[in-house]
Formats: sequence, structure tokens, C-alpha cells
Amino acid sequence: MGAALIWFKLFWSFFKIGLFGFGGGYGMISLIQNEVVEKQAWISNSEFTDIVAVSQMTPGPIGINSATYVGFKAIENAGMTRTQAVLGSLLASFSVMLPSFIIMLLISAFFMRYQNHPSVRTVLAWLRPVVVGMLAAAVLLLLNEENLGSFKTDKLQFYVSIALFASAFAVTYVWRVNPIKVILLSGLFGGLFYSLLPA
Amino acid sequence: MLLALFTTFFKIGLFTIGGGYAMIPLIEREVVERKGWISKEEFLNLMAIAQSAPGVFAVNISIFIGYRMRKTVGSIFCATGTVLPSIIIILAIAMFAGNYRENPVVENVFKGIRPAVIALILTPTIRLASGAGFNHWTWLAALVVAMLIWRVEISPIWIIFVTIVCAVLFYIIKFRRE
Repeated sequence: MGAALIWFKLFWSFFKIGLFGFGGGYGMISLIQNEVVEKQAWISNSEFTDIVAVSQMTPGPIGINSATYVGFKAIENAGMTRTQAVLGSLLASFSVMLPSFIIMLLISAFFMRYQNHPSVRTVLAWLRPVVVGMLAAAVLLLLNEENLGSFKTDKLQFYVSIALFASAFAVTYVWRVNPIKVILLSGLFGGLFYSLLPA
Repeated sequence: MLLALFTTFFKIGLFTIGGGYAMIPLIEREVVERKGWISKEEFLNLMAIAQSAPGVFAVNISIFIGYRMRKTVGSIFCATGTVLPSIIIILAIAMFAGNYRENPVVENVFKGIRPAVIALILTPTIRLASGAGFNHWTWLAALVVAMLIWRVEISPIWIIFVTIVCAVLFYIIKFRRE
């Protein structure tokens, strides 16, 4: 494979993922998997599963996380230097953002201009409950075994998770505690509690 | 201002753990409540837009807010701030830490964070709805939408699309009568 070709392929693959990846992170996973594992074979299937897991443990959207990781590995596996691999990860991250950047700029410009037009106001008023429902559904979908622990196999983790969920809601809703503080404290609690627990 | 956009979204990006929706409580806190850059109502509008556009939800939101504050340059600063923490961290993992995921302490930390993050999404959901003056009917509509996505597994994009079509039709009929 020509050296220039892999850079172009990296750009094009992630540009396509950015363009057709609707519906946020999880809608993107199968698209990314199809492109970088099946079609281009830049990383293996198990490496891809790892990156999905790592994405859940690191900040940032999965689309960006996987682009950064795959960009690095694709260039490294092509036998180039680590500096070039860093450039590869920057290129892939840039490419995945580019389509939505262009589209969002157009939408934003249109929105700023027409947001006070009565037809746009009608559409937005109708969309508001939809967005609230969408967020509520996200909460319900996330309340699963993967995030809370299994009620059947690990009752302790399940109850601790429910307690963490309830207290995080109470402190942010009633006392308006900063979400960043809640993330740091719950992480600290999890790290101490589960690590000190006798096996 | 541009620096403030960048640092605010860098901070938000750093704590967006577990997918794009995890960004919502942070934006509500930093951008809507603390900085007052956009209103609650605008934030709801913006989420519908960000969800129906292709690409990464969290990045789309930051692009919109950046554009709202300082046009194209503003959106570049916001988007860069949002993704930079994750790019740095993933690069560090790709380069140095192969077995980071097997570290039991790291896994334990996330056992604590994950349930809390879900609650963090619930709080702004209720607050945004009350801030936008929801009545019985809008709450009911929100509930129906939540059930359609959660139980019937309809994609939010389709619901947004159908809602836009219905709203436009409603507007045309009303406009003709007047």
C-alpha cells in the first residue's frame, strides 16, 4: 500500500463514519466496526471490543475515542513511526468531526436567522417534550445490568449502585451540587469501597 | 471570550464519561446556569438539533453553542475543547498503557461512577422541563416519547422527524385559517 494512500483512506473512512453516524455514540459503534475491522482490517475484532470498553471508562464520545485509537494503530501497524501514528490519530479524529461540523454550522446559521419565525417556533415548541422524553429514555436505557451490576449474581453491587444513583440524584436535584464533584466523589467511593471489600 | 469557551468545554469534555448524554448535566451547570450563555429553552431546542444532525452528539452541541457565542471561530474553539481531553487520554492509552482495562482499581472506580452518571442525566431532564413551562399535556407527550424509545425501541431521530412534519402541517393548517 502506498504511504499516501493510507492517510487518504484514514481520512475517508472516518469522514464517512462522521457523515452517516446518526443518533449519538452507540448508533456509531456498528458503523465504525464495519469500516475499520471488516473493510479495512486496521484493528482486530477483540481490539475493537477493547476500545469500546475503554471508551466507557474514559471521558469523551466513543466516536472520537475510537477515531483517535484506530488512527494511531492503523499508522503504527503500517510500519511507520510513532510520531506519524500520532498524526494519524489526529487526522482520524479531525475527519470524524468534519461532516458534522459543516452540517452543524449550516444548521446553526439557519437557526439563528429564523428562530423567531412563527413556523420555526411552532416546530421547536413541539420538539421540546420530545427531547425531554428522549433524555428520560436514555436514563431508563442506561439503568441496566452493565451499569448497575446484576441483581441475580451480585446483589451487593446492585444495591450499592441503586444507593449511589438515588443519592447522586438527590444531591444534584435538591442541593444543586456540581456534577463534576459527584463524579469525583462517586469514583473515589467506588475505588475505595470495592477495593477494600474482602473477596 | 474564546479562551473562556475553550476552557469551559475542555472541562466539560474531561468529565463527559459514558457517552454523549453524560455531557448534558455538565452543560446545564456550566453553560446554562453558571455562565448564562444560553437559556434553558434554547438548550432544549439545541438538543433536538444536535440529535437529528449526523455525527457525535456532544460535539454537535458544542459546535452550536460556539456558533451562538462567536460564530465559526467560536465553534472551532468549543469543539476542540470538547474533544481534546479524550484525544490526549486515548493517545496516552494507545501509546503506553496496554493493560489499563485489567486494572481492578480502575474498574472499581467506574463501578462507582456509572450509576451516579445516570442520575446526573435525570436531574437536568426534570429541571429543563420545568424551566420550559411544561404542563400536563407536554409531560404526557414526553412520557409517551420515552416509552416509544425505551420499550418499542424506535430511534429518537424518527420521532424528531415525524414531530417536525406534524408541527409543520399543524402550522400550515392554522395559518390558512387565519
